[in-house]
Amino acid sequence: MRRWLLALAACLCASLSLLQLAARGASTPAPALQAGSVATLGQSNDLLAHGRALFAASCAACHGMSAQGIPGRGPSLHGVGALAADFYLQTGRMPLPSPRVQPQRARPAFSQAQIRSLVAFVASFGGPAIPVVHPAQGSLSEGQRLFSLDCAGCHTIQGQGGIVTGAIVPSLARATARQVAQAIRIGPYVMPRFGEGELSKRQVDSLARYVQSIQRPEDRGGWGIGRIGPIPEGMVAWLLGVASLLLVARLLGERTPNGMRRGGERDG
Amino acid sequence: MSLLPRSHTRDPLAFVDERLGAARGLRFLIDYVFPDHWSFLLGEIALYSFVVLVASGTFLALFFDPSTTQLTYHGGYAPLQGQAMSAAYASTLHISFAVSGGLLARQVHHWTALVFIAAITLHLLRIVFTGAFRKPRDVNYFIGVTMLALAILEGFAGYSLPDDLLSGMGLAIAWAVAMSLPLIGGPFATALWGGRFPGADAFESRLYIAHVFLLPALLAALIAVHLAIIMIQRHSQFAGPGRREDNVVGTPMWPGYALRSLGLFAAVAAVLVLMGGLIQVNPVWLWGPYHPYVGTNGAQPDWYLGWLIGALRLMPNLEIHVLGHTIVPNPFFGGVLFPSIVFALLYALPWLDRRFISKDYRRHDLLQRPRDNPRRTALAASVFAAVAVVFAAGSVDRLFFQFGFGYEGAIWFFRGAFLLAPALVYWLTRRLCIELARNDAHPLRRWDGVVVARNERGGFEELAASRAGGVSSSGARSSANRRGVRRPLRRRARRCG
Amino acid sequence: MVERAWRALVLLVLWRLGGLRRQRSHASEDDDPTQRTTGAPVWAERLVLVLLAATAAAALGFVSLFVLDPDTQLLGLALGATLALLAAALVVCSRWLVPQETKAERRPGLADADAVKEVEHAAGEGLEGITRRRLLMGAAGAAGAGVAAAVAIPVVALGPGLEDQLRRTPWHAGRALVDDEGAPILAAAVNEGSFITAFAQHADKDDLGSPVVVVRVDRSTLRLPSQRAGWAPEGLLAYSKICTHAACAISLYRSPLSPSTQARAPALVCPCHYSTFDVLNGGGVEFGPAGRPLPQLPLSIDAAGVLRAAGPMSGPVGPSWWGDGS
Repeated sequence: MRRWLLALAACLCASLSLLQLAARGASTPAPALQAGSVATLGQSNDLLAHGRALFAASCAACHGMSAQGIPGRGPSLHGVGALAADFYLQTGRMPLPSPRVQPQRARPAFSQAQIRSLVAFVASFGGPAIPVVHPAQGSLSEGQRLFSLDCAGCHTIQGQGGIVTGAIVPSLARATARQVAQAIRIGPYVMPRFGEGELSKRQVDSLARYVQSIQRPEDRGGWGIGRIGPIPEGMVAWLLGVASLLLVARLLGERTPNGMRRGGERDG
Repeated sequence: MSLLPRSHTRDPLAFVDERLGAARGLRFLIDYVFPDHWSFLLGEIALYSFVVLVASGTFLALFFDPSTTQLTYHGGYAPLQGQAMSAAYASTLHISFAVSGGLLARQVHHWTALVFIAAITLHLLRIVFTGAFRKPRDVNYFIGVTMLALAILEGFAGYSLPDDLLSGMGLAIAWAVAMSLPLIGGPFATALWGGRFPGADAFESRLYIAHVFLLPALLAALIAVHLAIIMIQRHSQFAGPGRREDNVVGTPMWPGYALRSLGLFAAVAAVLVLMGGLIQVNPVWLWGPYHPYVGTNGAQPDWYLGWLIGALRLMPNLEIHVLGHTIVPNPFFGGVLFPSIVFALLYALPWLDRRFISKDYRRHDLLQRPRDNPRRTALAASVFAAVAVVFAAGSVDRLFFQFGFGYEGAIWFFRGAFLLAPALVYWLTRRLCIELARNDAHPLRRWDGVVVARNERGGFEELAASRAGGVSSSGARSSANRRGVRRPLRRRARRCG
Repeated sequence: MVERAWRALVLLVLWRLGGLRRQRSHASEDDDPTQRTTGAPVWAERLVLVLLAATAAAALGFVSLFVLDPDTQLLGLALGATLALLAAALVVCSRWLVPQETKAERRPGLADADAVKEVEHAAGEGLEGITRRRLLMGAAGAAGAGVAAAVAIPVVALGPGLEDQLRRTPWHAGRALVDDEGAPILAAAVNEGSFITAFAQHADKDDLGSPVVVVRVDRSTLRLPSQRAGWAPEGLLAYSKICTHAACAISLYRSPLSPSTQARAPALVCPCHYSTFDVLNGGGVEFGPAGRPLPQLPLSIDAAGVLRAAGPMSGPVGPSWWGDGS
């Protein structure tokens, strides 16, 4: 009896931890990097100088001293603007430990002040500014419709993240409205990018509003078990439902009486 | 005029007996003996799950609208406000949000379906591993395997009814599999769907009538036959004190077994209702309505179809095109051939066991423990392992997502595992069975030690016949050797004598 | 070493299966297993009473909740508790309250060779005097087959039975591409690296032949077959959105931002079984179980800058079947 309780407890623990894994988005902390020397902030000239210094220390190895890009290591940052720089730095995707690795969300390697400097430096080469997003002005329903048409294929309809052949698609659990808009315009790594001709500002507001709503789920049915569908449902059915019914069956029935008949007859 | 005192049971009983002759049947039932092993309750868990399905399903059928007529949603769920969807999907949302107890009924129904097929699977494994499918129970076994196939079909039809994004993608794949039948695929799929996918409006109605009437009626009839055959043949039992091939030892139907079985029914219903109330399942409002031009990453079927999505993913892109015809479209291999082979093996098992494995054509009413028939146990385990590998491969994209290794690499790994795992599992299981059986008969075998007995002088003396490798063990070993079992004979040198 | 590991494994399995307990003396099949114990312990009767009363209370709770506040979780708890308490009551009844009995019943034999002979004899008697038995049996067989066919044939009414509807698409030269709200798509609106879902103008959006994916790539990277040289004006490409493996919507577009560090080519990927189609070489299968390339739609840009189809699809849309003509 106790053995079965132990086994059931082990099953429950295993299933809970598996479900935890399934529900958690993939976000590993970035490897430790030298963030460059701390410098004081001041006027925009200081900002630019600070940014240049930081860039030289942390980014130039792949992007070149004047962000012109180095073939095989890093692309040119001319024309990407504050929009891209802010996105990559705030989400900790840059600096990247190696050029061939997929940039993934991590703890930002720089402080907010340092990020501002770096963004100013990159923006000095031209490009779009950081977008202003108003999720409250968007339509939740339009956001759902657009998300299911354009985004769900990679990110899953609930923004859980997934895969495409050759890359991981990140979960949107931690994406802010601004980061949603930035990613849509940049198309980071292998994500397609959508200009204003494809997704207007109002549509991006709606998408941001939808992403915010899926970050705060309602779960009217009870425990959400990750909201990714049949995989955790199947695990719960077996490890909770069937396991508890097996326990009941063991309680009700009896175990084998001594199974050996006289002579111990067996088949091959 | 009867001289017996009036009792509570006598009057209604006499009423029924005088009209239907029921007393004789009731006496048969009351005396009926059920063996007590816990694993015999697995089929009952499936049976009671079926009852819960019918009950919860009836409630749902009172509110569901099986129509693909497009409408604009103006209900309570904000993210879908104003969107175009089918009446079926809208009625499912209505049941989930507006009908009292509707979401509870939906979730109980879905959890029960998942547990129902799991219970059937466990029951099937018990039957296979204990040899309960042998004569005279092979006919009942065929009925059971058929019920498993019908249950899987019924479950798929059921969760496809709400026309949500996830199940709609599954229906598209089912259509592609139907199309992949060589020669007849095109006309067959077109006939079933009433045109090219997504098909005519009538398809949803057909699915509905199959799910709420045709398949449940068929299942209920087969369950009745299944139980009737058990009653006629009496249930099988494990060997034990007083248990022989020609008797049944256990608890009589009244009062022990009836109450125990009812208790199990209530427990099954309790677990399923608790799950239905407390754990969310198939939240279709999160997926959105289905359109053929919309897809979501990580779309999966319910667990009992996981082996098929795995097969479809693992199959290399073999597709033979000859003279303007596709001889065998690719989905055929994973969607038709693989499950057909598995079910063919299941159906063929009694014959294979009679003819090749146990080489035994006699009637058996005593069950074997898995270790008593190593070859059959190992074979069943290896087939199960092959299916399990394919099943695991079906969800490999989530593995990639969590642990960050390549999808393509994972597919190749599972292809290799599919080819190697059955042989490995066969060998391992067989060795384990043989070892366990040997250890049963002779617990001290292969252990360094001797059995000693106290003699009159207060000392101990060794019992010669009990030495490890002594007389009692040789019988079993030679019988094993007769069947060509090879064992490494590395034995430690005896320390005494 | 291996021997030790093997023994450890056997020990582990034995422990799990309870085989390490001291073996009971061999039971004999001649033992008499029947037994009967009566007399319930006092606590059992009281417990059953309490459980049944609690069941009633929980049921009352469920009924009230259903009427007053049908919250799913509360309803589930109430009904679940009712059933669980009932289950407990029944189990306590069956294990402790009622007499515990083990009986042995004789298992009736099934086969009865004499009865088989009698049935055979009776069946034979029924055919006494009939001379042309085989002919009659053959005729009965033919009639039976005919009746079976007659019963089965109504199934043909289920479908329109026309196979070319499987090949039909709404695309022809000049048909405009529209977005999912029906507005025509301007070539200038599609950026490089983006993808748009487009439909045939005035066609049913749910028609499998209608949805296409429009992408723009750098013209210099195109590797289209020579007969499709003019199919991609300004590097704009259109492919069917329905996967040629199993009809899922191809809703993933792998579009590398930096070709130098992301070695994979742009590709359309299906989320169901990850069939990957190379957009640069006309939809060829790069990975996955799809057996046919993705059908490509030739594009043209009209005077107003609207994207239009320049001809029909390059191949059958959707999954393969016997008569797909590929």
